[in-house]
Amino acid sequence: MSKALIFDIKRYAINDGPGIRVTIFYKGCPLSCVWCHNPESISPYAQKMYTESKCIGSVKCVEICPESALQLTKQGIVTDVEKCTLCGKCAMICPTKAIEMSGKVYSSDELMKIIERETIFFDHSEGGVTFSGGEPLMHHKSLIEILDKCAEKDIHRVVDTTLFAKSEVVLEVAKRTNLFLVDFKAFESEVHRKYTGVNNELILKNIQLLAENNADFIIRVPFIKGVNADEETVERMADFLSTIPWKRKEVNLLPYHDVGKHKHTKLGSEYLVENMEVPSEDELTRAQDIFAEYGISASVGG
Amino acid sequence: MTIDKTIPQRAAKSGSNFDKNNGQGPGMNERIKQLRRVSVDTEPSLSIERALIETEFYKENYGKYSIPVLRAKTFYEICKHKTIYIGDGELIVGERGPSPKSVPTFPELTCHSVDDLNVLNTRELQRYTISQEEIDTYAKEVIPYWEGRTQRERIFNHVPEEWKAAYEAGLFTEFMEQRAPGHTTLDGKIYKKGLLEFKKDIQDHIDRLDYMNDDEATDKLEELQAMAISCDAAILLSERHADLAEELAAKEEDENRKAELLNIAEVCRWVPANAPRTFWEAIQMYWWMHLGTITELNGWDAMNPGHFDQHLEPFYNKESAEGTLSRDEAKELLSCFWIKVNNQPAPPKVGITARESGTYNDFTNINIGGVRKDGSDGVSEVSYIMLDIIEDLHILQPGSSIHISSRTPERFLKAGCNVIRQGHGYPSVFNPDVYIMEMLGHGKSIEDAREGGCSGCIEVGAFGKEAYVLTGYLNVPKILEVTLNNGIDPVTGKKAGIETGDPRTFTSYDELYDAFLKQLNFVVDQKVRVSNYIDRMFAKYAPAPLLSVLTDDCIARGRDYYNAGPRYNTNYIQCTGLGTVTDSLSTLKKHVFEDKNFSIDTILDAVAINFEGEEVLRQTILNNTPFFGNDDDAADDIALKVYNDLFAAIDGKPNTKGETFHLNMLSTTCHVYFGKVMGATPNGRLAGKSISDGTSPSHGCDTHGPSAVIRSLTKLDHTKSGGTLLNQRFLPSLLKRDEDIAKLSKLIRSYFSLGGHHIQFNIVDTATLLAAQKTPEDYKDLLVRMAGYSDYFNDMNADLQQEVIDRTENESF
Repeated sequence: MSKALIFDIKRYAINDGPGIRVTIFYKGCPLSCVWCHNPESISPYAQKMYTESKCIGSVKCVEICPESALQLTKQGIVTDVEKCTLCGKCAMICPTKAIEMSGKVYSSDELMKIIERETIFFDHSEGGVTFSGGEPLMHHKSLIEILDKCAEKDIHRVVDTTLFAKSEVVLEVAKRTNLFLVDFKAFESEVHRKYTGVNNELILKNIQLLAENNADFIIRVPFIKGVNADEETVERMADFLSTIPWKRKEVNLLPYHDVGKHKHTKLGSEYLVENMEVPSEDELTRAQDIFAEYGISASVGG
Repeated sequence: MTIDKTIPQRAAKSGSNFDKNNGQGPGMNERIKQLRRVSVDTEPSLSIERALIETEFYKENYGKYSIPVLRAKTFYEICKHKTIYIGDGELIVGERGPSPKSVPTFPELTCHSVDDLNVLNTRELQRYTISQEEIDTYAKEVIPYWEGRTQRERIFNHVPEEWKAAYEAGLFTEFMEQRAPGHTTLDGKIYKKGLLEFKKDIQDHIDRLDYMNDDEATDKLEELQAMAISCDAAILLSERHADLAEELAAKEEDENRKAELLNIAEVCRWVPANAPRTFWEAIQMYWWMHLGTITELNGWDAMNPGHFDQHLEPFYNKESAEGTLSRDEAKELLSCFWIKVNNQPAPPKVGITARESGTYNDFTNINIGGVRKDGSDGVSEVSYIMLDIIEDLHILQPGSSIHISSRTPERFLKAGCNVIRQGHGYPSVFNPDVYIMEMLGHGKSIEDAREGGCSGCIEVGAFGKEAYVLTGYLNVPKILEVTLNNGIDPVTGKKAGIETGDPRTFTSYDELYDAFLKQLNFVVDQKVRVSNYIDRMFAKYAPAPLLSVLTDDCIARGRDYYNAGPRYNTNYIQCTGLGTVTDSLSTLKKHVFEDKNFSIDTILDAVAINFEGEEVLRQTILNNTPFFGNDDDAADDIALKVYNDLFAAIDGKPNTKGETFHLNMLSTTCHVYFGKVMGATPNGRLAGKSISDGTSPSHGCDTHGPSAVIRSLTKLDHTKSGGTLLNQRFLPSLLKRDEDIAKLSKLIRSYFSLGGHHIQFNIVDTATLLAAQKTPEDYKDLLVRMAGYSDYFNDMNADLQQEVIDRTENESF
């Protein structure tokens, strides 16, 4: 049985597809979007997260660390990343969960047990499970295994993905998935590269591939003023989407917000937000109108 | 009782408990706006009129009549002499006191002292104004007569030492020390039968009394005569209003209002003597019965119309078909009724129960939707009108609940969820499929169970056929606290229970749990013993003849509502703090007996000093212990065991009416009071902090979202109780889109299909609540759903406010 690194499991998830869902967040992503609001999702390894406001200075972590990597300073607990082996002992002993390990290994059977606890909510709301991340396709072995298990139990499956993956993988997953939520972050490859770290040719190709193979998907656009909220970009996205053989023609615009900031602080990473702004109501409406002109229904949120 | 003399003075006019400007929905017409304004602007006051009439009557007549007849004649005197009121624009008439928001006193139950009246007049929250002149009159005319004669004094003269010790420690409360047993809800008979017909029934039963063979025949005669007198009293009260309406009409210059007044007179001449013929008369009929029963005595929880939409539906259908009643007119009449209920604040209590439940709310709860007697869906257009009114009026009373069976149409549930989304705290949501099973388990017929529902907070009963008495709350975490101190209350150092062994010598979790169980059974037995005594005191000294007329089968049995007259007679004990006690037991089980992280001494020592200097230990417990409400069997199994053992301790204990006690799981606001009388608990809860409410998880300890809470809660078999209670707080952000509403409705359906009894939602965010604490004047309309009812955030004391803030927020998902 394959295992995968999961950084969160959310029950009563109501924004990740139809009905009431449980969302499994895989850890690790080939993209590193600067606006990412789950920065702990990017690294494919377990990570340590520290919340200073929760820390009561018990120094139990300092005492237990076998590598003597921790130190109590005026800024709270500081970890010497050179020495730290990510063994997780500090997180286990921390009385307040100020130190937490992000990333826990689950077998597909363990995940199934958690998913099945929510069956009654799926049944009533026509919900199901959503695999998100990070990038679930990075964990395609585990993903395919659990998609099969869910299919056996008749549980509705959504995969929330960047589609930055080999086309064979995309097609294998597509066979087992009821609905994809596909991120579409920028149209111009160089803009895409600037903000996400990768080009988008492969992504566009895979979107096309999903459409050609009759897979059901919704496009989700993180809608960010300064990146992709200008009329020209919206028009190009809409134009591209109108040319593929896509039945659903449904786009969710996710207006940019900066709640990711405090998580970056927790990880000790930087949050680069140059030129990024929250879009206005007008810009959202205008974008919806443009999509509509291309026969695509765009809603805000989702 | 000690009286806090330091309570600051406050000008009578400043700050009422109700929002004055906001919160009015678009559906309100000018009349309703004006009536609502009078209702919310008038500060609650005390009226000594009822006490004066009653005292004078008792002075002259006590001993001349049997007690039931004396009670009925007293009620008649009050109806004959009380000041009556018809306000501008009113369509439904009648007030409990001389004018809106004016509350009578009931010295026969508990007589307020001069100090009490002064406190009520000056206290910061839940104030009731009264003039110095009236206080002087009360001191001269009322207090001297009742000294030593009140129900409260009778009760406290009787109670055994063990009971007193447990009561004073806060192991339980006693409802009946201040008010009469109530929680009464009417069924549909008053819409088919007027009081004159009830009188005929009474006469028939008098005629059939068998003095030769029935040794109760004389008592029955007295009781039946009292019932007949109470019918006359209620009719007289209505006739007096008809007279007044005619007088006002004669003077009225506005032709429209003149016609309305004449209409009021006609309605009042017809009901309650006769069965109502119209929608208007049906509402007025209920209102007379409501006012009558809350005037003859002061039952706990005012009075409830029950399935009001189902009762009014035939009138609505008939008149809309005939074209004599439009939807707007029906809504207007019902809005008038809603405001009437709001005009009747709860009569003020004193002493220990003033701390327990601080609210003007008198807990009238309108059941909307649900099922009919034949099991079919009960939703009608009237149900939707009622939802509109709740959304428009935005007032404290009456409370309302939607009843969602598997047959309830989705449209109705969604309409209800849309009102929930407004964040007024109403309506709460009940599951008839489960509460009908609860009632079947208590021995009711299927038809009677289906006609039943919930009154007050969450307790179930067979409407119009049952006396289901809430006897008081049981402080379950305190029972554990006393167990952990071998029978001593650590807060006072006094003996409060029995010796069940020194827990520091216990070597297993089972040993600890057995000691807890022994203590629990001891405390429950104390409670039951005194409850039974109190029941007899009410049966003997404070019968309720009008309530008996309205409750089957009091007439047929010739027995009073308090004396096994009703078809069903239940005593509930309401158990509070399941979350706190579960989490505390879970802490000891895991850390002391299983993982052996800490010794029992370490934890008990830390608890004894309120975890001072033991923050690391406390945090370790808080963050590393299985707690109830997270779908974690390690904790949920403990909760299930405690719940089943509460059931075993309470259910089946005989009451004095040939029936038994049953388990209930409601808390109202008592969990706050119970928390105050407790030191720290092993689960990391600090001394004085509120314990968990109803069957909800401990505050902030349900960290896996509402579906996990629901899974935990439904491991309990709700049908064993007479009601469980689940509070869930939602931020408005969770309910922005229509599809969020749909998902909320599915969450409710899921809970109910798993066997949940009740769920209620607070739709607020922390920022709003904190802002409301800072500048209360800007948030007067902030209605918050508490444990079983709604109250204004501003009307709550700081403890209650904090409790609302502490409840787990289900932030963004």
